[in-house]
Amino acid sequence: MQTNPQLDKVGRLQHLLSIEGLPAAILTQILDTAASFVGVTEREVKKVPLLRGKAIFNLFFEPSTRTRTTFEIAAKRLSADVVNLNISTSSQTKGESLLDTIDNLSAMHADMFIVRHAQSGAPYLIARHLRPGIHVINAGDGRHAHPTQALLDMYTIRHFKKQFGGLRVAIVGDLLHSRVARSQIHALSILGVPEIRVIAPKTLLPAHVERLGVHVFHDMAEGLRDVDVVLMLRLQNERMQGALLPSAQEYFKYYGLTPDKLARARADAIVMHPGPMNRGVEIDSAVADGPQSVILPQVTFGIAVRMAVMSILAGS
Amino acid sequence: MKIHIKGGRLIDPRNGLDGVRDLYIAAGKVVGVGGTPAGFTPNRVIDASGLVVCPGLIDLSARLREPGFEHKATLESEVRAAIAGGVTSLACPPDTDPPLDEPGLVEMLKHKAKILNQAHVYPVGALSQGLKGERLTEMAELRDAGCIAYSHADAPITDTLVLMRALQYAATFGFSVWLRPEDAFLARNGVAHDGEVAARLGLAGIPVVAETVAVARILQLARVTGARVHLCRLSSAEGVSMVRDAKEQGLPVTCDVGINHVYLSEMDIGYFDSNARLIPPLRAARDRDALLQGLRDGAIDALCSDHTPVDDDAKQIPFGESEPGATGLELLLPLALKWAEESGASLLEALAKVTDAPGRIMGIDAGHLSPGATADICVFDPEAWWKVEPKALLSQGKNTPFLGLEVRGRTRWTLVGGHVVFEA
Repeated sequence: MQTNPQLDKVGRLQHLLSIEGLPAAILTQILDTAASFVGVTEREVKKVPLLRGKAIFNLFFEPSTRTRTTFEIAAKRLSADVVNLNISTSSQTKGESLLDTIDNLSAMHADMFIVRHAQSGAPYLIARHLRPGIHVINAGDGRHAHPTQALLDMYTIRHFKKQFGGLRVAIVGDLLHSRVARSQIHALSILGVPEIRVIAPKTLLPAHVERLGVHVFHDMAEGLRDVDVVLMLRLQNERMQGALLPSAQEYFKYYGLTPDKLARARADAIVMHPGPMNRGVEIDSAVADGPQSVILPQVTFGIAVRMAVMSILAGS
Repeated sequence: MKIHIKGGRLIDPRNGLDGVRDLYIAAGKVVGVGGTPAGFTPNRVIDASGLVVCPGLIDLSARLREPGFEHKATLESEVRAAIAGGVTSLACPPDTDPPLDEPGLVEMLKHKAKILNQAHVYPVGALSQGLKGERLTEMAELRDAGCIAYSHADAPITDTLVLMRALQYAATFGFSVWLRPEDAFLARNGVAHDGEVAARLGLAGIPVVAETVAVARILQLARVTGARVHLCRLSSAEGVSMVRDAKEQGLPVTCDVGINHVYLSEMDIGYFDSNARLIPPLRAARDRDALLQGLRDGAIDALCSDHTPVDDDAKQIPFGESEPGATGLELLLPLALKWAEESGASLLEALAKVTDAPGRIMGIDAGHLSPGATADICVFDPEAWWKVEPKALLSQGKNTPFLGLEVRGRTRWTLVGGHVVFEA
């Protein structure tokens, strides 16, 4: 049987693979460290030498511009050397196995791998395979986890709401396929948010979702009532093909965030979205661009949070 | 060759025997149980004191990977693993490459096994040509070539009419059809039980209804066609319950469960351990408990290994991409004993599930030690602990969710047709 590969024997973070299983102290440490880096990103000279001489490999098996770019920016602000590997065009198509790819890259003295993969669990396979001292950050694996996204979401909530106790948070959309939602639920739970709601049609909810500690709503107006934070999820077009939804139009009518649905939440509720947004599908432009939206600050905070994760891992 | 196995605890479930008794073998057959037959002078005496002597184990499903998948394992390596595990007869599923849908292929397999002269290999013929679920195979010809039953392995039969016709045709000859109940559409793309663990880990789920819908379909068709049906590898509480009800209503259906499913559950996936990727998937704890209960009360007739050697390259990849299956021939005995220990069943009841019961299901005269029976015998040490690790397994497949665990029950001698084929 396997042990939790994220933590070493004394409980220090060796890899960031999933929010699940991490103690509140580690999440808080990451958020506090990120706060110190937010100052860096606002300065004239944006770099600190914390990771000078370290080689960070961005291993993206699934295409991504946004996440990869923010990791690259974060690594460079820490003075690390960054190598971007778009695996879909290289050796994987020549049939090289995942672990062979990792071995080859490790032989090039990689210190850290940032991995995005279409298969849930791929970063665990990689982390188990690497020798101690090389760290893995999961930038999103299948439907399973996207820990840095959840962390920047938590940072955003803490920034605008000051504390997690007493909050009502609603997550809206396709939870079934969402690695972001799973990580958010764990993070909210660990940080002590007392009420976590999920709002979605039955076809877009995982089996036994309530066992993750959430209240399930199928009626969005009901679900958003008196909520402090609205976390929107992206809806992918493929869902119509899988007989999960009839159309984007009906989805928008019942589960899209419009000003009148948002009005059910508290007046000072904040609206968040991991991006990229499908305007007119899960979110109305009036809300996305409106005064309650904190979607752009999320992106800025994302750089500081990723700097925090990398510096904590490299320091252990 | 005359062999005297002396001083062992002889357990013969079919004849209800459990006690210290000697066993006498001559000309490949059991010639005496208990007292020495007149004029018997043994060529060899095996001292079985402190050990159990039972019929050689019979495994309802063991993939030998020949023909077609020889990079995963071969007939030779897997039969050697079988006898090391005390298994003297095994049925191999038709999903070889090419599938066992032609008499020539079946004859070749039987011939190869016969030359090895170790365990008895009984091919299970394909129910449809190419396992495509469209056209029937020449079941009678396949029977003549040596098939003891017909199955569709893990390939789906989506056309219900074809399934019904296949059952009717088999019923014409009194042939037995072995089916693993799974609705192809409901199971599509799933890699784990559609429950709490898959929800947390973000793995595509196979819901219980994929099994129960298929069980219902098969039971209805069995009733209507009169075919002899055996359900393979039940995995859910509801599935067991449906079979129990059908039996109570008098339907002559039998079923089995795999050794991994009576102990493990979805929790054993842990941190995406590909060794826990199985078909059918490991389900919830309550399903596992229902399978244990089903073995106890007879709703489930037999235990099998569902031996599926998978090469390392196909397991050392992300869970959802890995090849499902676990090696198991060498674990059938210790896990049958473990069942007895944990459920409070007797050793005789446990051994019945892997000797007498599968023998009857296969329709072969094996799985018992009556005088005149073929001398297929397993002599094992019920107290010997051993660690499940690659070097302890003879199978080329080292893929098992039990890796690293210690189990109890080690084969010391295996006899097939009165010859010692394995000796520890």
